[in-house]
Amino acid sequence: MALDRIVAPVIKDAIDFNIQLKPYQKFSLDNGVEVYAYEGGSQEVLLVDMVFYAGNSFEQKNWVAAATNFLLKNGTASKTSFEITDAFEFYGAHLNRTCTNETATVTLHGLSKHFQEVIPIMGEIISEASFPEKEIAILKQNQIQRLLLNLKKGDFIANRLIDEYLFGFDHPYGKYSVEKDYTAINREDLVAFYEQYYLNGKCVIFIAGKFPSTMESLLNKHIGQLPLNKKEIKEQAHPIISATEKKYSIINDAASVQGSIRLARHFPNRHHPDFPAAQVLNNIFGGFFGSRLMSNIREDKGYTYGIHSYLQNYKHAGAWMVSTDAGKDVCKATIEEVYKEMKKLREEPVGEDELKLVKNYMLGALLGDLDGPFQIISRWKTYLLNDLTEDYFYNTIKVVRSVRPEELQALANTYLKEEDFYELVVY
Amino acid sequence: MIQFEKFQLDNGLKVLVHQDTSTPMAVVNVLYNVGAKDEDPAKTGFAHLFEHLMFGGSVNIPVYDEPLQRAGGENNAYTTNDLTNYYCQIPAENIETAFWLESDRMLSLAFSKKSLEVQRKVVCEEFKEHYINKPYGDAWHKMRSLAYTQHPYRWMTIGASLAHVEDATMEDVKDFFFQFYRPNNAILVVTGNVETEQVKKLAEKWFGPIEAGKAYVRNLPKEPLQEKTRSMDVRADVPLDMLMMTWHMGGRFDEGYHATDLITEVLGGGTSARLYEQLIKVKQIFSSIDCYHFGTVDPGLLVIEGKLVKGISMAVAEKAVLEEIEKIKNEILDAKEVQKVINKTESVICFEDMSIMNRAHSLAYYELLGDADLMNKELGMYQRVTPTMIQHTAQQIFQENNRNTLYYYSKS
Repeated sequence: MALDRIVAPVIKDAIDFNIQLKPYQKFSLDNGVEVYAYEGGSQEVLLVDMVFYAGNSFEQKNWVAAATNFLLKNGTASKTSFEITDAFEFYGAHLNRTCTNETATVTLHGLSKHFQEVIPIMGEIISEASFPEKEIAILKQNQIQRLLLNLKKGDFIANRLIDEYLFGFDHPYGKYSVEKDYTAINREDLVAFYEQYYLNGKCVIFIAGKFPSTMESLLNKHIGQLPLNKKEIKEQAHPIISATEKKYSIINDAASVQGSIRLARHFPNRHHPDFPAAQVLNNIFGGFFGSRLMSNIREDKGYTYGIHSYLQNYKHAGAWMVSTDAGKDVCKATIEEVYKEMKKLREEPVGEDELKLVKNYMLGALLGDLDGPFQIISRWKTYLLNDLTEDYFYNTIKVVRSVRPEELQALANTYLKEEDFYELVVY
Repeated sequence: MIQFEKFQLDNGLKVLVHQDTSTPMAVVNVLYNVGAKDEDPAKTGFAHLFEHLMFGGSVNIPVYDEPLQRAGGENNAYTTNDLTNYYCQIPAENIETAFWLESDRMLSLAFSKKSLEVQRKVVCEEFKEHYINKPYGDAWHKMRSLAYTQHPYRWMTIGASLAHVEDATMEDVKDFFFQFYRPNNAILVVTGNVETEQVKKLAEKWFGPIEAGKAYVRNLPKEPLQEKTRSMDVRADVPLDMLMMTWHMGGRFDEGYHATDLITEVLGGGTSARLYEQLIKVKQIFSSIDCYHFGTVDPGLLVIEGKLVKGISMAVAEKAVLEEIEKIKNEILDAKEVQKVINKTESVICFEDMSIMNRAHSLAYYELLGDADLMNKELGMYQRVTPTMIQHTAQQIFQENNRNTLYYYSKS
């Protein structure tokens, strides 16, 4: 019998998979710092994420939080910046820093067999960071140059402005740094921030991979004795002040051959009951390669290399965002098509077949996203830092499996309304 | 150590299987032995444009993505100067869907006119987004054509010009497909929660009936030895001056390859590397600087590129880089610095091998080089590199007549 290449092989629907979020192990260090651990994987490597409540929502002056986070490893009481990096890198370890709105993180990636050599240095930078003047000056200089370069890029400008329109420049989610913020920072600002939010700060640790048998005692010895988690760190409330004008067109570079388009509206955070179903609707709209925006605007019209929509899920507030770079002459047409796709979602229920495809895709992708120890701990980290439990995980799966076309249409009528969206093109 | 099994179908398709039962997923990876270097110099950008067309439907299946997504799978592809690689990750239970899809597009594409028209536009937008509408976006176009006079590495995978992509015809597409996208010019790798016997059956069933094509004999022009240093001045609307230098280096099989890789680590790997420490921190001549190499199969380029601190002249910056070059040529590295870059390499290899996706990419790539088991020998090759080998290789590469320099000035 000839091979039938027309009919697809039988598949098991991903909606029928039993998807589990594997549990973490939890223990506390002597100073009360909580450690969430997930052991596993095929390679002899691990990652340690020290999360501090030291994001930019805690700063009084722009850029203090990010600069403090960046410079943590650029000098301690007894080591120069070079000696610190060299010590990590000699053991094949890598130290990253990231500063976000609520939290700031120091992340170690390394070989399990060298954990005992590098964890003391990690403890040292948290407890003895010295913020040398020279390091601050170099960072400022290079940061200003990086900004000059970024200001030439339409997508960089667009990302900053759309957040400002949504949340207001005085809100941590809406603010950004300008050149004078960099020059205005001095060593005292950084040291004060460091002392309050790192040295005597609030910290939680996530660790995953292959653990040496001494992992717990080493963490306790080098991190567990630091004066962390003694004082309450209060989160400040920041009012959202959105722009009143909704439509913007900005010329950043007259010679530009493309426009950076951003369309965005406010959207609640993950605690809102609409969130899981909105993720399904977002996937249909512009959330993956097979989405309507991608099929229409890239695959049918060729206006852009890529177009995406996503739920910007910050801790306290969020946004529903559409983002693309399109040819200069087709920016207007692109925006019109985005609105057409919103209208279609409001007026016509999603077909059963399309919905089933998206559900299977989402759950198959979720299964893949949970593959590996770093992926598992990363998901737990997101949940724990956003005050969510595993109920959120299982509820999301339940909603993805069961959500009906009419519920999605109702959601589209609530959230995908043209008049609610900020609209920005930067040329 | 990555274990795998290997077999070959009658039509020449090589198949590799790596089992990992700890994951519920599987990866199906098809590597085609064709890259931008195999293009006609008058029709560049074709291998990459072609990668886009591979998603425009095949002879029996109108849309590639839909059935895959329906089966819970995701996919992507990339084109380099040396190869084109397609891969999908899918729940292992649905792996046959990937075989069905991948084999049908190896059998034959649909060659839809609409798909060609649209993807030409999409690639043009990609070209604009990455190479025109971006500060310094044209630097690599210029550097490649400066450094290479003969070898096809002289153009980028996106193509030498937008016109080549815009002018692509359906005839070109068909010729390219039947020349390169044949089972005897491909490597299939399956990793994840699979059994070799199961993969054998599926491979025979879906790929077995596809006819072999004419063997592709690669006969690329060799780049002649560079005899004189070359340079080019560029002035553009960018905020900062940039200095970019390249030197010709050996290919993937060159005995100095691993030493060259470690040289780029010593000079440019991370913030404890020499260029960062000396030129950004101590002398404050650059605000950013990188050193890396192409890692290409044929002889590639070793690259140093950096943005100058405002107020520093190009001549001062160039001199400072060359001083570091002289150091690595003239002073033997101490054992600790060599150990550091070897340790870093070990770490990079371990992290790379974490996912079944990367393991599939690596197995396919090393099989293209001649033997997938080279993947398991790589760390040993680095561990054998001595300080003397590094110095010797540095002396060979860093010769003045082997250098190409792009002075990229800010107009403002």
